[in-house]
Amino acid sequence: MYFRNALGAATAMSLITAGALSAETITIATVNNGDMIRMQGYTDDFTAKTGHEVEWVTLEENVLRQRVTTDITTKGGAFDIMTIGMYETPIWGANGWLVPLDNLSAEYDAGDILPAMAGGLSHEGTLYAAPFYGESSMIMYRSDLMAKAGMEMPDAPTWQFIREAAAAMTDRDAEINGICLRGKAGWGEGGAFITAMSNSFGARWFDMDWNAQFDTEAWANTLNFYKGMMDESGPAGYATNGFNENLSLFQQGKCGMWIDATVAASFVTNPNDSTVADSVGFALAPDTGLGKRSNWLWAWALAIPAGTQKQDAAVQFIEWATSKSYIELVAANEGWANVPPGARTSLYENENYQAVPFAKMTLDSILSADPNDSTVEPSPYVGVQFAAIPEFAGIATEVSQEFSAAYAGQQTVEEALAKAQAITNEAMEAAGYR
Amino acid sequence: MARAVTQQRKIINTAAAWGIGLLIFFPILWTILTSFKTEAQAIADPPIFLGFDWTLENYSVVMERSNYARFLWNSIIIAGGSTVLGIIIAVPAAWSMAFVPSKRTKDILMWMLSTKMLPAVGVLYPIYLLFIQLGLLDTKLGLVIVLMLINLPIIVWMLYTYFKEIPGEILEAARMDGATLKDEVLYVLTPMAIPGIASTLLLNVILAWNEAFWTLNLTAAKAAPLTAFIASYSSPEGLFYAKLSAASTMAIAPILILGWFSQKQLVSGLTFGAVK
Amino acid sequence: MATQHSRSAARVMMAPAVILLLGWMLIPLTMTLYFSFKKYLPLRGGDLGWVGFDNYVRFVSSSAFWPSIQTTLIIVGGVLAITVSLGVLLAILLNQPMWGQGIVRILVIAPFFVMPTVSALVWKNMFMDPNYGLLAHLWKFFGATPVEWLSQASLPSIVMIVSWQWLPFATLILLTAIQSLDSEQLEAAEMDGAPPIKRFGFIVLPHLGRAITVVILIQTIFLLAIFAEIFVTTGGAFGTKTLSYLIFQRVLESQNIGLGSAGGVYAIILANIVAIFLMRIVGKNLDA
Repeated sequence: MYFRNALGAATAMSLITAGALSAETITIATVNNGDMIRMQGYTDDFTAKTGHEVEWVTLEENVLRQRVTTDITTKGGAFDIMTIGMYETPIWGANGWLVPLDNLSAEYDAGDILPAMAGGLSHEGTLYAAPFYGESSMIMYRSDLMAKAGMEMPDAPTWQFIREAAAAMTDRDAEINGICLRGKAGWGEGGAFITAMSNSFGARWFDMDWNAQFDTEAWANTLNFYKGMMDESGPAGYATNGFNENLSLFQQGKCGMWIDATVAASFVTNPNDSTVADSVGFALAPDTGLGKRSNWLWAWALAIPAGTQKQDAAVQFIEWATSKSYIELVAANEGWANVPPGARTSLYENENYQAVPFAKMTLDSILSADPNDSTVEPSPYVGVQFAAIPEFAGIATEVSQEFSAAYAGQQTVEEALAKAQAITNEAMEAAGYR
Repeated sequence: MARAVTQQRKIINTAAAWGIGLLIFFPILWTILTSFKTEAQAIADPPIFLGFDWTLENYSVVMERSNYARFLWNSIIIAGGSTVLGIIIAVPAAWSMAFVPSKRTKDILMWMLSTKMLPAVGVLYPIYLLFIQLGLLDTKLGLVIVLMLINLPIIVWMLYTYFKEIPGEILEAARMDGATLKDEVLYVLTPMAIPGIASTLLLNVILAWNEAFWTLNLTAAKAAPLTAFIASYSSPEGLFYAKLSAASTMAIAPILILGWFSQKQLVSGLTFGAVK
Repeated sequence: MATQHSRSAARVMMAPAVILLLGWMLIPLTMTLYFSFKKYLPLRGGDLGWVGFDNYVRFVSSSAFWPSIQTTLIIVGGVLAITVSLGVLLAILLNQPMWGQGIVRILVIAPFFVMPTVSALVWKNMFMDPNYGLLAHLWKFFGATPVEWLSQASLPSIVMIVSWQWLPFATLILLTAIQSLDSEQLEAAEMDGAPPIKRFGFIVLPHLGRAITVVILIQTIFLLAIFAEIFVTTGGAFGTKTLSYLIFQRVLESQNIGLGSAGGVYAIILANIVAIFLMRIVGKNLDA
């Protein structure tokens, strides 16, 4: 029965877009995350509906960024669709490098995209990339270890509570670390985490005149708290741990708590991969009572580079991959817990999905992050765990390298912050902000 | 007595050489072994060496996810094509340097080698723009040309050292017999230099096969070789050691096998003029 | 001896290689020079005009510049020292009579066939990972705390990975050279009662001079450009940023083509200094 619906939708779609006179082959650059790899497996469904073929270029995240950025800035035209994030989309959109997605079909229902996601993927109100999945970050914790420690996780804990709970759950002999967090260098890895965390400590990257703020007490507090807690209760080598490393640690039962992307919830509760699947609880990312929590906002989205010859086919693909019917397709084959989350309002209104244990906490986390107002003191930039300016990726990567060196004990927190301050001001001067 | 000593020495030599050889080879062996484990066994503590349930699951997952045959074919064409083209261009140059040397010959050789020192990443942007203009982006031809240019200095130098070892009298004798320049190169020189050419060929196929900067940055879907194939398995979400090992094994196996079969040729010729 | 005819023929035959390489050098070089005098920010609209030597000044005055030169030299020097010294020892060992010499040789060459990306991934994940890596298990087996290789010993780890890749190359060339050594000379020395160390120092090592020169020259060219090993393992963190990695950060991560191009020019200068240095010191060996 599902199949007939899908066919109907496909017919409607091709009637509306009406560009598909002949079958085309589109080239899509994407990241090698689980949901994207799953999507590749369903390519046949798209081809059956539209006649278009798809060539996949699947790359590891850092290589992908490097690859698509080179291509878009040189107008190389190697790809018809690029998988990009909330950081790139507004910048590229502002440069006129992306095809505006303002003409999507009624069937697609663009109004159904979660406002937080649509906002982050737009420039001046025009949508430039359609979210394939969206995420915030939240606490995932082991309910059994929490009970053993005699503590109870509130829905919205403070950092102080987290630190105490981490220390209580840590059992070095049993190789259980109270808390696992990202420390790996890279703006999208440890850099994203510490920036989101700093928001809750009242820190910000820049003041209203674009001066770096690493010489403030708020940043020193953030970093000292992080390092202190991780040295007490974190895993060995946390300075090189990113999302993947922590995911496998958590799945192997070696973490009491893990604060990371909400999409991880479906991996840690999947009994095929996770040894702790049935004892995972969720809570909002912690705060310090200053009014901002430490959760971020991100989406992996599909965008069409301006100048592609295959725009119609590309639009059709995006409408297929980010549609309600794609979600149903995945749900029918792999269960509701495995559908791409965080992109559509209707998903969270669906009763089947509401039964998924992490659905509510994911939505609450997403709703509590506001890219336009992410810091306690006012800041001139948009973005929660990043500042949506072209220079940020380069600066934040270097800054996070200094932080990682401090986590590893190669320099003190003060030295790292001093270097971060110098690096940032230097780069902002070079770019002409100061 | 003397015999016993040599025998004893041989045993010690054998043990030491095998020990070191296995140690050096171990990372590759471990990768191959891991590729036949399940993801859970791949990170088991303590590690399992042989007593695991051998499975081909990782290979079937990789085969299902990526079009391995196309990556492999692209690698073969790009590595083979750039090497053959490079040799065709280098043979005459190396010949003239070896047999009609001038004061500048050594300078030219050194200059050629110095072009290899241009940092690739510094010129990515100009080259990318050039490739767009010439329509070479994501084509095998484009990569054949770039890799040929990158390896040309090495090829010229290797061939030069082989040609130099060929005694000049033979060429003179051929000239006396009325051989033209073309005959000289084709029928006298080349046959004598076959071992050297073979070894040059092998070394440069290996270098081209393993080149990972240009092959990754100048391709998308159509011309992407095995280096790009690896980039899609390098750090996905979740456990990945076993699948990474399977993909790695698939990426290095062809060149490893080629290298093993031809190691005699490679070894005998790999001197760069280091032996007089 | 060469006739006028063969001279001009020689020139014609050399032409394709020379012209191609000249083009391969000049076109990117000119473009790099051109960009290096511009404020060129692709994400801010591209070409923002001429800026004179600003990029050059900015690139050297960055706090990351001198450490990156140091890192580059440490990696190149470290790998050369390890591969040459172990290569000599290994070549001598492999030249001894033994059973299964061919198979041992195959085992020793194998790392040379492995893509740098693959070897970096394998070392990073399956050996140097502080939780799941084989080295961590080994350390734990002996009751020691596992080393966090890529953060606490980042440079030595990278030197080790790269040395593993290049040891076969050094060994092969040195082995070929040793095999050409006159064995009678060695036997005579042995008869005269010269101890092994003297035989090595006075006969073997001088004979290998030329081969060592070649190994150093070729490897330096490749080592100055290593990239994948750093990109995959540390991403430039923990003091592993080489000059070419710094340029990568400027060009691709910061999207500052002008600044990165100025860095490219510095890298060319550094490479040529190293080349001249090498020529001076070892060039004599290459004559004839």
